[in-house]
Parts: sequence; C-alpha cells; structure tokens
Amino acid sequence: MIRLRGITKAYGGQHVLDGLDLDLPDGRVTAVMGPNGVGKTTLARILLGLETPDAGTIDGLAGLSCAAVFQEDRLCGQLTAAGNVALVLERRTPPSAVHAELAAVGLDAESRAKPVRELSGGQRRRVVIVRALAADADLLVLDEPFKGLDATGRDLVMAHVRARSAGRTTLFITHDPGEAEQLGDQLIHLDPPTADVR
Amino acid sequence: MTSTTAAEGAVRPVSHRLGRAALAVTFWLGVWQVAAVAVDQHVLLVTPAGAFGRLVELVVTVDFWGTVGHSLLRIGAGFLLAAAVGILGASLAHRVLLVDVLLTPALAAIRSTPVVSFIILVLIWSGSGTLAVVISFLMVLPILYTTTLEGIRHRDRALLEMTTTFRVPWVRRLPVVDLPAVLPFVVAGCKVGVGLAWKSGIAAEVIGLPQGSIGEQLYEAKIFLSSADLFAWTVVVVALAYGFERLVLLLLERTEARLARGPVR
Repeated sequence: MIRLRGITKAYGGQHVLDGLDLDLPDGRVTAVMGPNGVGKTTLARILLGLETPDAGTIDGLAGLSCAAVFQEDRLCGQLTAAGNVALVLERRTPPSAVHAELAAVGLDAESRAKPVRELSGGQRRRVVIVRALAADADLLVLDEPFKGLDATGRDLVMAHVRARSAGRTTLFITHDPGEAEQLGDQLIHLDPPTADVR
Repeated sequence: MTSTTAAEGAVRPVSHRLGRAALAVTFWLGVWQVAAVAVDQHVLLVTPAGAFGRLVELVVTVDFWGTVGHSLLRIGAGFLLAAAVGILGASLAHRVLLVDVLLTPALAAIRSTPVVSFIILVLIWSGSGTLAVVISFLMVLPILYTTTLEGIRHRDRALLEMTTTFRVPWVRRLPVVDLPAVLPFVVAGCKVGVGLAWKSGIAAEVIGLPQGSIGEQLYEAKIFLSSADLFAWTVVVVALAYGFERLVLLLLERTEARLARGPVR
C-alpha cells in the first residue's frame, strides 16, 4: 500500500494540492478524476519522483520501480514503435515479444517498422501505452492514457490495459467517468482543496 | 518549348550554386589579375597564374608533403584534443556545478586573451615543437565547451523525465536522447572551431617558426619577399582548412543521420 498523507504542493504561491490524503492499495487500480487544475498530474509527478511535495509524507513508495503514460507522448521520434518500447525494457526481452505487444493494440507490421514521428497521433498513443505496460514496474501511473484515441481504438486499447494492469498497483487519471468505472477498482474524486474518497 | 522534369528541378539548385560559386571565383581572380598587372611588381603582388605556377612547383616536391603533414598533424591534433576535452568538460560541468563555476571564467579569459600572448608564453615554456598543438587547442577549447554545454542544456526535458521514470540506463539514453540533441550544437562549434584552429595554428608557426612547418614557409616568403610563395602556401592552408572541416563535418553529419534513423528492431 502506498500512503500519501497531507501532501501539499504550490506553484508561485498557488496551492495545487493542499493536504491531500490518499491510499493506493497494492495490486489495485485507483482511478482519479477531477476538474482541470485540481492537481491530478501533479499527484502523478510526485508519485513518479519528478516533483517533491512542499509538505506531507509518502509511505511505501521507496524502492518501487515506476512506469508511466504521460499526458504527452514523450517518444523518441527517430525510433520505431518497437525501438521505443525496447528502450525501457531489459535487454534480454526478445524483439518478438515487443512486436506481439504492439500488435495486440492494433499496430500492424508496417506501422511498427516506421519511425514513430511518421505515425498518427492515435498510433503513437498506443505505443506509449504499450511501453508503460510492458515495463517491469511496481507502480503504474496512467495520466489520461486514452487521449487522442478514437472509439474503436479506445475499446481495444482499454481491454489491453485492463488485462495488463491486473494485479498491479496503478494510478489511473481520467476525465471520463466511463473509463474510471471500467478500469478503476476504487474511484477518487479530487476537488480543491482536499480529496474526497468514495 | 520549356518543360522541366522533377529530376531536372532537383538538380537545378546544385548547378545554380556551382554556377554562382564559379562566377564569384572567376570575378575575384579577374580582380587579382588586374591588380597584379596594374602594380606590375611580382615582389609585391604576383599574378594568379604566377601563384598557381609556384604551387604546382611545390606540390611535386617531397618537402612540400612533409611540411603539409607537419602542420596538419599538429593543428589537427590540437583541434581534436580541444574537441575531446571540450565535450567531456561540458558533460562534467553539466553534472558538477563546481566544474562549470571554475571553467567558465577560465575559458572566458582564454577567449579574450590575445593569441600572441599565448604563443609567446608557450615558446618560453616549451619551445616551438608543440606550439601549434597548444595554440589551436586553446583557441578551440572554449568554443567546443560552450556549444556542447549549450546543447546539453537544450535536451528535451520531457524525454529526460521519461527516461528517469523508466530508469533507462545512461548508455542506452545517450544515443537516442542526448546525442541527437547535442550533436547539432557540436557541429556548429566545429564549423567555427576548425577555421580558428588553422588561423591560430599557422599564426603560431609564423611566430614560433617550428622547423618544417607551413608557418616557417610563410615566414621565409616574407624574408625573401616572395609573394608567389606567400599566395601558394596560403592557398594550401585554405585548402587544408576546408578539407579538414569537410572531413570533421562529414563524420558528425553521418553520425547525426545514423542517430536520426534510429536502430532497426
């Protein structure tokens, strides 16, 4: 269990998170919803170690390996889809396994052979999701992972995410109540200034 | 009838550039010829034909190639050493603030110090043997250090955060995140640095007169009032600097292109 207590973060004197208490149960998907600017992405960045909270404590996070789907793709444009996924994996992972994961989210052989800068936004998003799910991580942080996917693609990729995130401690940030219901084991609604757990 | 194919269209810009370059060279050779005829004193200003004739005489001698090799080896070594130290120093300075704090003012001082001061200092300390190496090293080092550090600071933060999150080892991050961002800055630094290495290196040789160097030949041209030798050796220096620059940039551009393609998996 990852326990966050009294997490506070401010930028330029403006509080984004103010005394947030949150538990992420082991092996469960915690869906987080809330309006823009309520600190969802800041929460994700704090969990990933990319931001330091101004106040508060986090227990159970030390030593955990992390994987993430960021709001932006953050792909190496010159690499192929498989190259981007392989970058974050152990060297011993066979390329065939990487290609199988990419094929599972609907990326055909031709798309997998291209540099990702030549792929469509939706295709790049699939690569990003596969990269996070393929990484051998203790904590998975998914920040609006389905942004930019069409309805058909979203269903296929969501099924893949549900299968691959099962049994893994996951923070899933979304604006879509349907996605939150489908993937989340518990649902958190963030409202400034504190978290309301239901 | 005037119709052009796509292939002709693609070739045209290159032929245009070459045509313009040829026009410019011809024009300035003409100006040189007219000036030489007007002055009418070979000692002061040789004609283009006289200079190139002298160059042909030099090229066929063994001594010429020995002299070229002497300067090329030393100035090239100074440049490559400065590139290596500049790139490594910038990498270190990016990680260790103290290195940047110590190196930045030192390199700024080197940049603003007249090159002749260094030339005289090196002559006093170690003689003329390694003079061109040290001087071209000192002139290029601040440029490569500054441009590389700038490139390191311009890396994509989002990609760096991604590699931090996924704990990508630095050896795997280097070719796909760091080098593609830093190389264009290194290329820009090398373009400036190569020319400076040759200018300062040859100037050092003219003052220090290391035996068997191009600088010594230029000095002798002055002593014997031989403008033909002066122009011939100047053409050699320009050609060497240009060839060296093309070689360095070719290697860097090939590396850049290879990184841009990425590994095939």
